[in-house]
Amino acid sequence: MSASLEKGVRVLKEVIDAPIASYFSSCVHCGLCAEACLFYTETGDPKYTPIHKLEPLRRVYEQEYTLLGRVAKWLHLSKPITDAELAEWQELVYNSCTLCGRCSLVCPVGNDIVYMVRKLREGMAISGHAPNGVIEATRRTVELGSPMGVKLHAVKAQMKHVEAETGIPIPLDVEGAEYMVQLSSMEIINFPEYLSAVARIMKQAGKTWTLCSTGFEATNAGIQIGVSDLARVIVSRIVEGAERLKVKCVISPECGHAYTAIRWEGPNLIGRPFTFQVKHILEVLDEFRAQGLIKTEGMETDRLSFHDPCQITRRGGVIQQQRNLMQMVAANFVEMPDAGKYNWCCGGGGGVSANEEADELRLSAFKRKKAQLEAVKPDRLVTACAVCRTTLEEGLEHYQMDLPVLGLTELIAEHLVESGDGDRKGA
Amino acid sequence: MNELQFLTWVRGPGLDIALGIFLLGVLWRLMEIYSLGRKKDLAAPRHAPGASGWHTILRRSLPPPGMVKRSPVSYIGGYIFHVGLAIIVFLFVPHIKLIEGLTGLSWPGLPSQVIDAVTVVTLAAMVVVLVDRINKPVKRYLSTFQDWFTWALTFLPVLTGYLAVKHLFLPYTTMLALHILSAELLLVFIPFTKLFHVFTVFGSRWYNGAINGHKGVPV
Repeated sequence: MSASLEKGVRVLKEVIDAPIASYFSSCVHCGLCAEACLFYTETGDPKYTPIHKLEPLRRVYEQEYTLLGRVAKWLHLSKPITDAELAEWQELVYNSCTLCGRCSLVCPVGNDIVYMVRKLREGMAISGHAPNGVIEATRRTVELGSPMGVKLHAVKAQMKHVEAETGIPIPLDVEGAEYMVQLSSMEIINFPEYLSAVARIMKQAGKTWTLCSTGFEATNAGIQIGVSDLARVIVSRIVEGAERLKVKCVISPECGHAYTAIRWEGPNLIGRPFTFQVKHILEVLDEFRAQGLIKTEGMETDRLSFHDPCQITRRGGVIQQQRNLMQMVAANFVEMPDAGKYNWCCGGGGGVSANEEADELRLSAFKRKKAQLEAVKPDRLVTACAVCRTTLEEGLEHYQMDLPVLGLTELIAEHLVESGDGDRKGA
Repeated sequence: MNELQFLTWVRGPGLDIALGIFLLGVLWRLMEIYSLGRKKDLAAPRHAPGASGWHTILRRSLPPPGMVKRSPVSYIGGYIFHVGLAIIVFLFVPHIKLIEGLTGLSWPGLPSQVIDAVTVVTLAAMVVVLVDRINKPVKRYLSTFQDWFTWALTFLPVLTGYLAVKHLFLPYTTMLALHILSAELLLVFIPFTKLFHVFTVFGSRWYNGAINGHKGVPV
């Protein structure tokens, strides 16, 4: 057994807990999870059945944690895990799983399958069986600070650009601000409208906020590849920044897994509860709406639909807020079938969009989203995750569908009742 | 051993052995699984109505939206044979008498004609889900020896019970002995096969509901 394999198997042993033992003991091989997975429904290939993706983890469970399995192992009756097997499973664990968690919602015996995929990735990554694209994204995040190699000077350039465009100063490292705003690399490079929207919204709401020079990047490739040690390093930058600046609340940007990383995994990664709150930008906007802190005018009249990012809605618990916000600015808002917690993934989450080996499969899986869109035929599609947005744009282009995609935060900002100058507090 | 001795054995020592393995096996497996525990979730919880382990234990008994259409045989066949098995095991008067003899607990049963009808329907549903397992690519792909074996383990007691009551194929005494023996085999294997889901289904649903309920998602 190679040293890396040994490490991988040891990690798999460590991640197995009572829920996982209970899940594997409950599975009856009914295959219903396949019907919830876009990689199966769009390819018809049974190897993409979610529970099958967990076979290496199940084997470790059986051999190490069950009486009969241990007896069989002792008698050399069971096959040990091999490198070849893990190499074969790489495609199943990374290319054909976006950690969207839809399977966990349908399993009749109640298995939280995505919970197990996330844990299996810990062993896969440590034993050297993660895809290169995801390895590189993780390396750049750890070494350079962001998966796309974005550094602070790029953020400063964007700040300057937004300041020039909006006339609103963008605060950096302001101690005692109420909110610390996070960005994703994709927003820094491709979607500068996000920062501009946040600046205008915060100004109208009369809230103090800041960016943080040591913790501006919200994305966390460590979560996607499944290396908790690295995920901890990455999340600690935000925690240290937030505590140094003594902010009350960190705002996770329009990015799905960034929210999972900081909001749900963050405290568990660093081993203690946070001293500040974490909210997704949609939660914050909906609070501002409910408190009357932001006022909008005019309505979009074309047909708009909303794509729920998995990590924000199904995996994150932000389910109603985006709907309230859409109603605020869209006169003709239509929901796709399965919208909300049952929404189908765009196909790009969980590191899949950073993984070139998965490109073809991802585009096949996109047929599911295409069918959802064709059912309601929107004129434009709104979402709240930069990865969803680029994945959607690529898929739409591939299938020659002419459908603009935009972020909800910028859509809200476009409708703000703004007085041209002066500081309007609480408008 | 003649048929009467066979019947005496399965009713006496056979039953004791089977119940012993079943009870110890269940206790061992439950301990083996749930003593692993889990780490406390340190993220601040979000509370939402309907988002808890207890809710999921109940909610998962109903099919999620759109799923019956995607896999009708799994749901309809599955409901029929699960409910059928429960009725046969717990509401057939001789079974209640047996349970009363072992535990002292008793409750009213259903008329035997009703049990007969339920048994026929249950057997038919089990054959249908078996055919579905053979026909559906996903189910066939996932199936291992255990899936076929546990199907037979579950099917045989129902079949032999029906044949015994109806005095078909073999003398009543022999068929009854075979029925009891097959039920004993079922008991022995429950803790060590996927049939253990009869116990862990509650724990699994609870964990899923609690883990996601912590995030405010009713699953």
